[in-house]
Amino acid sequence: MKILRMLGRSIRDAFKSVFRNFSLSLASISCITITLIIVAISIIASYNVSNFTEEIEKDLTIVVFVENDATEEQIETIKERLKDISNINQKEIKYESKKQIKEEMQKESDIFNAVMADWDEKDNPLKDTFQIKVNKAEEISKTAKQIEKIEKVSLVRYGEGMVDKLIAAFESIKKVTYGAVLALILVTIFLIINTIKLTIYSRKREISIMRLVGASNFTIKTPFIVEGMFLGLLGSIIPILIVIFGYPALYDKMNGYVFTPLVNLIHPNPFIYTVSLMIAIIGIIVGMIGSSSAVRKYLKV
Amino acid sequence: MDIIRLKNVKKQYKNGTTAIYDLNLNIEKGSFVFIIGGSGSGKSTLMKMLYREEKPTKGQIVVGGLNVAKLRNSKVYKLRRKLGIVFQDYRLLPKQTVYENVAFAMEVIGATKQETRIRVLKALEIVGLKNKVHSYPDQLSGGEQQRVAIARAIVNNPKMLLCDEPTGNLDPEKSIEIMKIIEKINKDWGTTVLVVTHDKEIVNRMKKQVITLKEGRLVNNKVKGTYDNENT
Ligand SMILES: Nc1ncnc2c1ncn2[C@@H]1O[C@H](COP(=O)(O)OP(=O)(O)OP(=O)(O)O)[C@@H](O)[C@H]1O
Ligand SMILES: [Mg+2]
Repeated sequence: MKILRMLGRSIRDAFKSVFRNFSLSLASISCITITLIIVAISIIASYNVSNFTEEIEKDLTIVVFVENDATEEQIETIKERLKDISNINQKEIKYESKKQIKEEMQKESDIFNAVMADWDEKDNPLKDTFQIKVNKAEEISKTAKQIEKIEKVSLVRYGEGMVDKLIAAFESIKKVTYGAVLALILVTIFLIINTIKLTIYSRKREISIMRLVGASNFTIKTPFIVEGMFLGLLGSIIPILIVIFGYPALYDKMNGYVFTPLVNLIHPNPFIYTVSLMIAIIGIIVGMIGSSSAVRKYLKV
Repeated sequence: MDIIRLKNVKKQYKNGTTAIYDLNLNIEKGSFVFIIGGSGSGKSTLMKMLYREEKPTKGQIVVGGLNVAKLRNSKVYKLRRKLGIVFQDYRLLPKQTVYENVAFAMEVIGATKQETRIRVLKALEIVGLKNKVHSYPDQLSGGEQQRVAIARAIVNNPKMLLCDEPTGNLDPEKSIEIMKIIEKINKDWGTTVLVVTHDKEIVNRMKKQVITLKEGRLVNNKVKGTYDNENT
């Protein structure tokens, strides 16, 4: 009960303080706002990039062509050897014999059907194939090389080059984004420390009287920490509005994809709410970190 | 029973000034004590050590059962809740009303609103300011401001009242008013009172215990003392 009452007091004090030092609070709220906008964009971008990468990874197929003269046992051996490679998804090793492929192709088009109709087992120039999926897309070229070494494997194909480059680009975008977000958060913390420092100075008299009349350290410190959290929360309002209204607008404008329908954007619902929640939490946590370090530094109790 | 005990207390400030040399002093519960002495004799230093604004360099200080010299910073509030402290410069919050200034002392220790209200009004009644609850400090005279400060000091019913030159800024008439209030608190509630003062007139009139400091040493401790000119 007592704790609740004291907390109520802290919140009231924090409110008052934000309005009492309005210009100062406004300055730091604006800084938090700008940072959080950029953080929000970064989060949205990095989630989407992760999403693209995942999608691409999911679709990424290696096709392994088996030499024409391979016996059935040899094909079985190839299958076993493929299973031994750790980057290969065990569940998705799909074998298609040349006969199956031929039948499929015949079904697909009448021309093929006409041409292929009188191929018998021996004349069939097609190759038996394995279609496999990998766990880690970034190691796909390594895996492909491993497969090539297997006996009776004639050819290994995947979207070389394009895929590798795309994945590498996404990876570096991710890293740059993380770096930028981290730097911005540090700047924000620094600004909050300064805001709270000034609040502490402007309330020096009050603090000294609080100490005199027997307020505990907890009571003295909490309002400042709450104030920092409050600043963080206020700073997250505009970024959240931008996310909630901006992202769906962007999504609609781009018809849900970037450049090609292969690269889908994440659907706004519930994505924007998740991001908003993250922004609010980041704002509050950053505010709390800033204010607690200001309290530790400038409030000698 | 002694509510305050000092044993071989020495205080040397960081800059090398020694303000108190080897002080031994016991103060009985419920007493009313004047502390006098010339400027720089260590009166304020003694008070500051009692409310743990300063730590002694050497020696032992026990106030209301708390070992003050060893008290950790984070526990100082426990001592302060046993004390009411009054200064020459009142130390009120200028943007808060009389009521809020006094209630402040109750709120920060977590009292309920009702409890606060009852106690604040009671304290303001004792100091005779019940009709000024909504005034701001700058709308009050010096004597009235000091009465607000006293109300704030006594609002949570402390065991001791420490006053460092409470009438230092007031004219003789107002000073007597203030001292009467403090005396009444001592009499009615049994609160132990320590008053640092330069006011010869008051000390001689009230005939209380008088402790005299001179250059950081205790030179006199009389039960019904007076302000001798040689002590200043
Ligand atoms: N914070 C401090 N740092 C260094 N020296 C101090 C400090 N406070 C007081 N002193 C010194 O300690 C001595 C005692 O000071 P104190 O304030 O206790 O005297 P006092 O008796 O209260 O004097 P006054 O009647 O003028 O208020 C003085 O020499 C003073 O200069
Ligand atoms: Mg003094």
